[in-house]
Amino acid sequence: MDEFLQKYYKEMTPEDMRKVIERISKQVEQQYGQRPHLRDLKPMHGVEFVYALNLTRCIGCRKCVHACVQENNQSRSPEIQYIRVLRMPHGSFDVEKSEHNYNPEKVPEKGFFYMPVQCQQCRNPPCVKVCPVHATWQDADGITVIDYDWCIGCRYCMAACPYGARHFNFTKPGIPKERLNLEMAYLGNRPRKKGVTEKCHFCIQRTRDGRYPACVEVCPAGARKFGNILDPESEVSKILSTKRVFIQLKDELGTEPRFYYYFDV
Amino acid sequence: MTTAIRNYLVFLWRCAKIAFVGDWRYYAWMGFLSIIFLFGLNAYCKQFVNGLIVTGMSDEVSWGVYISNFTFLVGVAAAAVMLVIPVYIYRNEELHDLVIFGELLAVAAIIMCLLFVTVDLGRPDRFWHLIPGIGQFNFPASMLSWDVLVLNGYLLLNVHICGYLLYSRYHNRKPSKWFYIPFVFVAIAWAVSIHTVTAFLYVGLGGRPFWNSSIVGPRFLASAFTAGPSLIILALQVIRKVTLYRISDKALLTLRSIVQVSMIINVFLLLNELFKEFYTHSAHAASARYLFLGLHGHHALVPWIWTAIAFNLVAMVLLVLPLSRSLKWLNLTCVLSIIGIWIEKGMGMVIPGFTPTTLGEMIEYQPSTNETLVCLGIWAFGLLCYTIFLRMAVPILQGRLAFANEGGRQGPAVALADSHT
Repeated sequence: MDEFLQKYYKEMTPEDMRKVIERISKQVEQQYGQRPHLRDLKPMHGVEFVYALNLTRCIGCRKCVHACVQENNQSRSPEIQYIRVLRMPHGSFDVEKSEHNYNPEKVPEKGFFYMPVQCQQCRNPPCVKVCPVHATWQDADGITVIDYDWCIGCRYCMAACPYGARHFNFTKPGIPKERLNLEMAYLGNRPRKKGVTEKCHFCIQRTRDGRYPACVEVCPAGARKFGNILDPESEVSKILSTKRVFIQLKDELGTEPRFYYYFDV
Repeated sequence: MTTAIRNYLVFLWRCAKIAFVGDWRYYAWMGFLSIIFLFGLNAYCKQFVNGLIVTGMSDEVSWGVYISNFTFLVGVAAAAVMLVIPVYIYRNEELHDLVIFGELLAVAAIIMCLLFVTVDLGRPDRFWHLIPGIGQFNFPASMLSWDVLVLNGYLLLNVHICGYLLYSRYHNRKPSKWFYIPFVFVAIAWAVSIHTVTAFLYVGLGGRPFWNSSIVGPRFLASAFTAGPSLIILALQVIRKVTLYRISDKALLTLRSIVQVSMIINVFLLLNELFKEFYTHSAHAASARYLFLGLHGHHALVPWIWTAIAFNLVAMVLLVLPLSRSLKWLNLTCVLSIIGIWIEKGMGMVIPGFTPTTLGEMIEYQPSTNETLVCLGIWAFGLLCYTIFLRMAVPILQGRLAFANEGGRQGPAVALADSHT
């Protein structure tokens, strides 16, 4: 009943939030046998996160995909993955020519480049605009988050997203007990329920605590860069001010992604 | 005051009672619908427990046959105005007494729409988040919040108009113009708005080029004003056959001219869309190619859409010919139009929007058995509602169920008399 009547995230007092976190922690403990460290992490002052991905370096190994699944407690059965790596033929930037299910002995393959796609953290996010109940919004640090306890599961955001970034829990997510990541954030990687949407949130349980997202840490090619665009000394600021060409995927739609693809040229 | 409330409650009670009385055909029909409805309810319970995984939908094709039916039925509801406009604006006398049947159909259609949206929700238990004032209503940014408002508003408007007119007739009073004429005119504009808003739901999505086209709204209206009146033509003939209610052929032929014009516009708009998509041959035409020709070896929708187009074209030719002045041919035309438009603006509209996906993947959608049963259940429930509405409305309009014969022996006598009709 408490769960049914739970208030909207932005209307909760610190006391409400404390109770909710206690209740959710208990539920997780009951279900997975371990007590999580669940926090409600707020955006940091003076921080706006952006992502830069070096397409010259990405080798298409999909290590980011799996690190993300592990970090963010994504359902293993049925499978939900926030990152989709597209294998693209040389010279083309047309996603319709991409192959999603490439499976060679070894990567990279000759004649192709690889483009990982995840939530682009748009400055002008269509998913936020269409949500009928404000269950998803853009926070001050630029991350679009979801209140999993407020989403009604209408999937309008999935129809609106031009990047296929949003995923739906068609049934109760299946996560093996021993694989659960106990370091959790309320708007981040806490286990989701059946019937709600979810997506990449730049690992807020890490990044709002001063750490890199899991996909950045795991990338063996150093293709993934992440940081605060408001800090002129940050790596991403340097990249964006020195590299000659960037691509913001589908920028003709006016979504203004905070996710930049660049090349070593 | 207390007598007024008492009279009203007695009216409702008598209406409810008569819904359970009829001849064997009535019982057979209602029994048949109830059984299908129960199958649907059972299927929905399975979905409620296991989640939407029991449907054919996926992350890639995240809306399916529920939203397709919803879209079609919003059109049917909107089409009620096609009976109202001739009567209240052009003073058409033939249709005057039939308006109420159109509006009752609108009420039933909206009920079905609301059910189709509800069964599509992943968390129906959280529907209260959508209630303005209690939840968090993203108005005016989200077109879905507009849809919630206009659909419920339209439901209330039609319930009020039908309820008031029927209650006045029950009392054998002339309805006071101020109590319904303004609502009738609001409802006319409102009907257009429900379908426009439903079109904007799709049109507003820049990431889906197949939907992000300004022709969707006009096409929705044209197809609605074809399929809706077609459905009403068929319904009126059924009413005429099973009750003694007088419905003239002339009224049916007036509706025929509406269907005729709407179908021509509908086919014309379709041609416009086909030309734009296929002549330009841009990357944005991938969904249209998938729908009409198949793409990269996937062509699940191709036979469907060509069936729809063939039905629409045959119906258009029949409608233009004098042949369709005969009811036999007119009925065939109506059936073809309804099926053609149901395919075209249901699955033919919703699914290609998702195929290929925004990242260029080809994932095909096929409704599951469970999903289909839920749909059949909702259709059965809608027809059940419409039949009950008619069961109440017809005797009232005929004066057989009236305040004058309230209580005593006359009540059951009415029911008995009716079962012989």
